[in-house]
Amino acid sequence: MALVGVIRAVPIMLGYLPIGMAFGVLASTAGLTLYSAAAMSVFVFAGSAQLISVGLIASGATVAAITGTVFLVNLRHLLMSASLAPYLKKFKIWQQVLFSFELTDESFAVHSAYFRQHGVPPFSELFALNFAAQLAWVCGTIAGAWIGGRLTLQIESYGLDFALPAMFIALLVMQIELKKHLVIALLAAALGLFFYLLGMNQLYIVMATIIAATCGVVYDKRRSGGGSENA
Amino acid sequence: MPEIAVLIFLMALVTFIPRMLPAIFLSRRSLPAPLTLWLSYVPVAVLAALLAPALFAPSGGIDFTLQTNPNFWVAIPVFITAYFSRNLFITVLTGMILMALLRTMIF
Repeated sequence: MALVGVIRAVPIMLGYLPIGMAFGVLASTAGLTLYSAAAMSVFVFAGSAQLISVGLIASGATVAAITGTVFLVNLRHLLMSASLAPYLKKFKIWQQVLFSFELTDESFAVHSAYFRQHGVPPFSELFALNFAAQLAWVCGTIAGAWIGGRLTLQIESYGLDFALPAMFIALLVMQIELKKHLVIALLAAALGLFFYLLGMNQLYIVMATIIAATCGVVYDKRRSGGGSENA
Repeated sequence: MPEIAVLIFLMALVTFIPRMLPAIFLSRRSLPAPLTLWLSYVPVAVLAALLAPALFAPSGGIDFTLQTNPNFWVAIPVFITAYFSRNLFITVLTGMILMALLRTMIF
């Protein structure tokens, strides 16, 4: 069962290795040691937050400013964690803690699509998936920090930079089961792009998600007066 | 560098707390129906909001030029592949191969 989790992690790992390397390179050019970069990938494990933090470190931002920015960037995980919560009932608290420590955009996308279609697999499979993903992230970081400025990375030449967007596309398409899901997705995409272009680089996902999901619920209420499942 | 250790600790804290609290507390009680429905719309909305800037404006502004924003053009066949194959691996592989091919052709 653990092996199934590792196999299911492969698309995430394909994306995490090169992005982890890019993070490692950036961290070393920002002056972080290999150990610091690796520690960040082990204890924080949040791609966009880590990349933003090394940018801020390089520009000489204060610890408080960096922490505040990272918090804002990670607020979207509140929504992801909440939407997975109903599926996590059967697990013990330490399993929920361990699972949520490794909850990223990518593992969330994979888990939510799977839970919806196949139900909740045993914890060993969930943990193996998350752990394999984080292992790829940490290994990528170490490799990148070790290479440092010695080599210019060309992840683009293999199309690896498109692995994660392609994965998100697949998981989005798989979760559009009803016409209203498509409407919510289109609304969230338009809002996300709008808020992003307005310069809300830290909060565009949270804002777009809250508004689009709320519109979905309001639409259901008006259609049926009770909010039952009807397309 | 003690400051970096403090920074990593604080970053870990503000990352872990939003990930953990809802999973622990919301899984322990039965939620009202509208909230359950709302939460069921979150994955679709999050993924769409996450993808839109990456596909339409990867360098900060809306861009449909093939050379500077290949993401948008590769995304079209990738969406079609995802729709018909319903397979994560096939879709990811298609996206990577098309992106690599496109880059070797235009650069």
